Amino acid sequence: MTVTRESLIDFIYDEVRMLDEGRFTEWLNLWLPDGHYWMPLDYQQKDPINETSLMYEDMFMLKLRVERLNGARTFSQKPKSRCHHVIQRPYVDQMDMEAGRFVTTTFMHYVETRLDEQQLLAVTARHDLALVDGALRIANKRVDIVNCDAAFRNIQLLP
Amino acid sequence: MGRYDSPAALAALVQPHQVHRDIYTDQEVFQQEMKHLFANAWVFVGHESQTPNKGDYFSTHIGTQPVIQVRHSTGDIHVLLNRCPHKGTKIVIDRQGNTGKFFRCPYHAWSFKTDGCLLAIPLKKGYQNTGLEETDSGKGMRSVGDVKNYRGFIFARLAEEGMSFEEFFGDSLTSLDNMVDRSPAGRLEVVGPPLRYLHHCNWKMLVENQTDTCHPMVAHESSAGTAVKLYEEMGLPEDAPKPPAMEIIAPFMSPYEFFEGMGIRTWPNGHGHTGVNHSIHSDYSAIPGYFEALCDSYGEEKAKAILDENRHNTVYFPNIMIKGPIQQLRVFIPIAADRTVVESYIYRLVDAPDELTARTAMYNRMINAPTSIVGHDDLEMYERAQEGLMVDGLEWVNIQRLIDEDEDFEVEAVENGTTERQMRNQFHAWVKFMTMGHKAEAAE
Ligand code: FES
Ligand SMILES: [Fe+2]
Repeated sequence: MTVTRESLIDFIYDEVRMLDEGRFTEWLNLWLPDGHYWMPLDYQQKDPINETSLMYEDMFMLKLRVERLNGARTFSQKPKSRCHHVIQRPYVDQMDMEAGRFVTTTFMHYVETRLDEQQLLAVTARHDLALVDGALRIANKRVDIVNCDAAFRNIQLLP
Repeated sequence: MGRYDSPAALAALVQPHQVHRDIYTDQEVFQQEMKHLFANAWVFVGHESQTPNKGDYFSTHIGTQPVIQVRHSTGDIHVLLNRCPHKGTKIVIDRQGNTGKFFRCPYHAWSFKTDGCLLAIPLKKGYQNTGLEETDSGKGMRSVGDVKNYRGFIFARLAEEGMSFEEFFGDSLTSLDNMVDRSPAGRLEVVGPPLRYLHHCNWKMLVENQTDTCHPMVAHESSAGTAVKLYEEMGLPEDAPKPPAMEIIAPFMSPYEFFEGMGIRTWPNGHGHTGVNHSIHSDYSAIPGYFEALCDSYGEEKAKAILDENRHNTVYFPNIMIKGPIQQLRVFIPIAADRTVVESYIYRLVDAPDELTARTAMYNRMINAPTSIVGHDDLEMYERAQEGLMVDGLEWVNIQRLIDEDEDFEVEAVENGTTERQMRNQFHAWVKFMTMGHKAEAAE
């Protein structure tokens, strides 16, 4: 495929739609095997390893998260949580055609709900994308929550 | 007159083998806890590394009381109530900062030294001959009753008079000692802000859960059990490096026998710990260079002894838990009978390899973040209990697993790791510190 600004933007829209429709296995397949989903705890945090983050998950942890949602004894997901993203048009920050590497930034409102509760988070997602074997894949994703220092209720799905 | 303003009414909520649900659900009991228990006990405030320099402050709560931990000009740490003595304005509102040589109230500019003493009032002649010095307002920012810096950890007692720090904690301090000794320099430093997780349940449910060894293999089957299953499906050879998550999460699936053999120790005044003999933290892989660094500081024998302690969760009554082997501290901050904010801190072992901090940070986010799959398992159970306790006619909560006749909580004991003795120990201390203040009042 030829990567265009529009195809990058479409990719981000398709990704959040997968999450909102609960197509998590399909979503996992978007990832490169050594990717990390990072959600910092501190405002403008630099180090995901030696400081606490809300999430810094490799493929094993992401698979575990998805697999767990379907378990017969996952009491805390009975009933299941649902999520909903409203996103702005993604900014395409970098397009390195030669290396096949791309960076986008997307501002979004993320809603997660379960039973009578609903939580709204304003987040910024940075995607590192890579063109591999003719398809765009997620190399890394960083999600910053604007009120990262607040006391949160559960966040169980994926902004 | 409320239902629970007499010591007798409060003491009647606790029986040797059960406690009344009002202890978790009743707002009046909660208010009595704030007034008596959280005033008479020594409560964790913060770590000295959160206020390293003169004028540095950190704002937090003791129970529901807003307080400021501040490094005074003499270098020692003071704990002040976060309230202007003039009209009540909170003196600091941010979580941390530096105030220089004095605090200045943003409303009418009264100023106070960093030990709370009144420094200046603008247009002071307006108070001439009014007797301001005689009032509480004229005395500056009020300090808590007593403060202790124990190896970098700051504790405070709100009440002016009461039990000493040493008597309150006794030999339970060995757990804090072990956590600090794990640093080759004998010093810890806080790493970043804490995770903050809001629970719709009573704070004591979280404290009890810290030594509840019959829940991991059940409540965490969905996370730890699934991790084990995923790992087995990967079919990796035995000697291939395991995914880091396996080292942290999989031990939660250990069988009952493991937790029975782990052992529980209780100390007087409500403190206790799991993991007397071994724990879910025993089998972490060695980090190159760490043991050598410890040996350099302490000699081989002592270094081995430090690492041989693998205490799991140590509860410091009333509301914190520490994990010595991974330098984590969790504080269960009471907000209301059915609201608790859990803050999970981690510390760096000064002069130890960074890999240890990385493992600690990993543990914190995997197990205790609001985004954690494991923490969510626990929260679900607490909140179901908080709602279930509203059932009328069935009003007692059972705590009698492995109970002995005539248990004496004023002496240290080590027992089978699945006993609920530590929960009973906490409630014994609960009655003690809840009624202590009442007695003093009655004597006045
Ligand atoms: S309220 Fe603080 S100076 Fe008036
Ligand atoms: Fe648990």
